[in-house]
Amino acid sequence: MSSPVIEVHDLWFSFNGNPVLKDVNLTIHPRDFLAVIGPNGGGKTTLLKLMLGLLEPDRGTVRVFNHSPREAAGSIGYVPQEIGINKGFPISVRDVVLMGRMRGGGGWRRFSRPDKIAARQALERVEMWEYRKRRIGELSGGQRQRVFMARALVGEPKILFLDEPTASVDQKGQTDFYALLKELNENVTVVVVSHDLMVLSSYIKSVACVSQQVFFHDAPEITKDMLEMAYHCPVELIAHGVPHRVLPKHSGE
Amino acid sequence: MLEALQFEFMRNALLAGLLASIMCGVIGTFVVVNRIVFVSGGIAHAAYGGIGLAFFFGFSYLMGILGFSLLVAAIMAAVSLKTRQRADTIIGVLWAVGMALGVILLDLTPGYNVDLMSYLFGSILTVPTSDLWLMLIIDGLVVLTVSYFYHDLVSLSYDEEFARVRGVPTKILYFLLMAMIALSVVMVIQVVGLILVIALLTIPPYISEKFSGSLLGMMFYSVLLNVFFTTVGLWLSYTFNLTSGASIIMVAATCFFISILLERLRPKRVSI
Repeated sequence: MSSPVIEVHDLWFSFNGNPVLKDVNLTIHPRDFLAVIGPNGGGKTTLLKLMLGLLEPDRGTVRVFNHSPREAAGSIGYVPQEIGINKGFPISVRDVVLMGRMRGGGGWRRFSRPDKIAARQALERVEMWEYRKRRIGELSGGQRQRVFMARALVGEPKILFLDEPTASVDQKGQTDFYALLKELNENVTVVVVSHDLMVLSSYIKSVACVSQQVFFHDAPEITKDMLEMAYHCPVELIAHGVPHRVLPKHSGE
Repeated sequence: MLEALQFEFMRNALLAGLLASIMCGVIGTFVVVNRIVFVSGGIAHAAYGGIGLAFFFGFSYLMGILGFSLLVAAIMAAVSLKTRQRADTIIGVLWAVGMALGVILLDLTPGYNVDLMSYLFGSILTVPTSDLWLMLIIDGLVVLTVSYFYHDLVSLSYDEEFARVRGVPTKILYFLLMAMIALSVVMVIQVVGLILVIALLTIPPYISEKFSGSLLGMMFYSVLLNVFFTTVGLWLSYTFNLTSGASIIMVAATCFFISILLERLRPKRVSI
């Protein structure tokens, strides 16, 4: 394979003295579609924020395209968790998307014609162009999620990070959303944090289980070992009438 | 009202109200959307310590209050960036200590007696022309800075994490925003008093947030509302011989409650 997109080396992170991540080593290759799974509080979002450069590791390094996350900012797309913050904020859908073209540092007239064209294309891609003039707070959770997706795409990222992207999306919306991700994955590396592996299983190419430590598996399945180490019991994964096989054949033995 | 305009003090009061309106409308918009009303209150109160320092050590009043409130604003910015959970407690402590420091230093300064009431409610009817010029300059500075960093400040206010991922220097901007708050608060306190500053910073942006399509619109409507409040308030205070600062606040408060009532009555069209 060509040079990795992300290299996490010997990474440790603690919060208020409590260890969150220990001795993490992870390599993500181009055009991978990685699902980051694990129990709540296991450090999934923390790992994502470390890779985005939003948090600094106590020890170890994170390299994105062989640069620090900050230097690689231009090639990173980020879709945060939709938790309905700042709903009253007076801003239009289009202006939210244009934020994805920010390059930091001031300037009288920020957004150029190419920026606006890119915003239109991104909004059309997620089928939200007709909502461009609406206030962001007037949209439903699922619609807002698609706007955040457009905001991530408008910067033409080479790697896309998503944190629980379908938490507030209905079933039909989820399918559409992942179909779009799969399409994007032809050119873009995708990293999705989720605790609902069921929905993801037919799209992903690899899995990282995060529970203080990270177990990487370079196939769209989880091994019995990973389950045992990451979860106290595997019930969560096999509970809702499996549409796609996730567990390898021998895991039940 | 028109006959009142023949008095210079009344013309100055109206102009001071206008200049304060611009400053508070623009900065207040950021204060409200970033939910840092408490911090602004903290800066405004702690600034009293600067007055105490200036009188006690005998340097310029303006230097004292400006320097001190910028220092307090920087500390508060640092604290709220470092430890978000504890920030409000520490701001509360600085708030109280600043005021107490001011009171004690003024106690210890023989011959001076700064009226606490005029600090609280200001004296918009006795604004000298030189203060108007100073306010005009600060207004210009604030408007220029905000327009230069407009998109950065919007993205910082809307989604700080995303802005950071995009390489927006959010920490520097946060300090800049705090410095602008300190600057405006201090300038406006001299003229209209501490309580009125809080009112002009918070009430108009709160009302206009509901019907504005962007932060720019919110600033614009906030300034308009501020001008309306100060003018009507001054007119009422002139006509009925009431304290001007308090009259302005009561006008603003009336509109505030009407806006809440209207919002209750309006059918909701927001989904989920």
